[in-house]
Amino acid sequence: MSIKHIEEYRDSTLARQLSEKIRRLSRRKIRLMEVCGTHTVSIFRSGIRSLLPETISLLSGPGCPVCVTDQAEIDAFIELARQKDVIVTTFGDLMRVPGSASSLQRERAEGRDIRMVYSTMDAVGLAQQNPGRHVVFLGVGFETTAPTIAAAILTAAGLKLENFSVISAHKVVPPALEALMTVDGARIDGFILPGHVSVIIGLKAYRPFFERHRMPCVVAGFEPGDILQAVAMLVEQFETGRPRLENAYPRAVAQEGNLKAQQVLTQVFQIGDACWRGIGRIPDSGLQIRASYAAYDAGRRFALHLPEPKTPRGCACGEILTGQKTPPECALYKKVCTPIDPVGPCMVSSEGTCAAYYRYHYDELEAQS
Amino acid sequence: MCLAIPSKITKIENNMAVIDVDGVKREASLLLIEDAQVGDYVIVHAGFAISKIDEQGALETLALLREAAALMDGREGDGGPSGV
Ligand code: SF4
Repeated sequence: MSIKHIEEYRDSTLARQLSEKIRRLSRRKIRLMEVCGTHTVSIFRSGIRSLLPETISLLSGPGCPVCVTDQAEIDAFIELARQKDVIVTTFGDLMRVPGSASSLQRERAEGRDIRMVYSTMDAVGLAQQNPGRHVVFLGVGFETTAPTIAAAILTAAGLKLENFSVISAHKVVPPALEALMTVDGARIDGFILPGHVSVIIGLKAYRPFFERHRMPCVVAGFEPGDILQAVAMLVEQFETGRPRLENAYPRAVAQEGNLKAQQVLTQVFQIGDACWRGIGRIPDSGLQIRASYAAYDAGRRFALHLPEPKTPRGCACGEILTGQKTPPECALYKKVCTPIDPVGPCMVSSEGTCAAYYRYHYDELEAQS
Repeated sequence: MCLAIPSKITKIENNMAVIDVDGVKREASLLLIEDAQVGDYVIVHAGFAISKIDEQGALETLALLREAAALMDGREGDGGPSGV
């Protein structure tokens, strides 16, 4: 047997048949937002946009973790790296994001100890190996990543480690969907919901949002067949005027989600407000470390004094993350801002929309068609 | 950030699994899932298994995809087996 039938989800005949079905179904113009950055990358890499009829526009949403990280949070990360005897650990994409005055990459070139890790457990391991120094993990990401960070904190607590902490810039998805509904100019007709966030929180977590807005919503996996199937379901809902909350990824996503991961997450984190780049403060959209784990909260351990953050001038990341603009509509795109010399996080992260447009020459393809 | 390919568990020791992704061996923590066994397929995110892949669900999705692709008109209006 193949790896759980993976080839079949990638089958190009199936993709063509699905795209034909979508063409047949789709009559009116429809704007669909893929909320998750991994979907954005998969859509570009597999050329799905070229398989869709002109009636369908795909917008990339606020689901690239690095892209939605607020400038003040990036500045705090950089400030942490400057603290005495600190080792900062992070997943790769954050390194090159410009802060107000520096970046983690520049700080590392200037001698600060900043290391990329594959898992939060590696950061805990580093703390064990370096008892004389303090290891901080930079926590960005959504409900998929947050339980892994919570598990690392619980492991550190079990080991009675005193030199490990996390700064939490974690965010949760459903309140962001809510916030998008109030953005003028986004004009979203349906959501392709994130696959692995949904693995954790389950389909049920979107139910209140869905009931309030009656907006077509489909959870999708990451293979081309999965995404096309989700698009077909959304178009069908839209054309028949019967919005639903559906699951096109039942092999991984359950109604209730992953209860064990939810329990680990809520043991360590509580819900609080969070600031999203380009969107601003969204109530109840962030995860804060509970007071009972204050010893592992880098935000509490280090009193950081930060000047007012300066967001890069002219960068349209905020409008792009909310579906109001596409990268070629940013005056800096390709002229000043490139993957080698990025201005905003959407050009830095491998999941950023500007980086995807650039890498796959999407603006040129769009102009030719 | 998300690795979509299911990985097979080949060994388990102290809540850590050795997993095989397309022939490459890596480690994954099992702290976030229940009852994982050698031979199970899991989705791994940032070094943690976050979900077991459900064989039944995998077949259901495929059936749904094939049905969607093959039957352009005669599809039943219930949104398929996974609709809620
Ligand atoms: S092209 Fe660069 S400057 Fe423009 S929105 Fe994207 S990241 Fe920001």
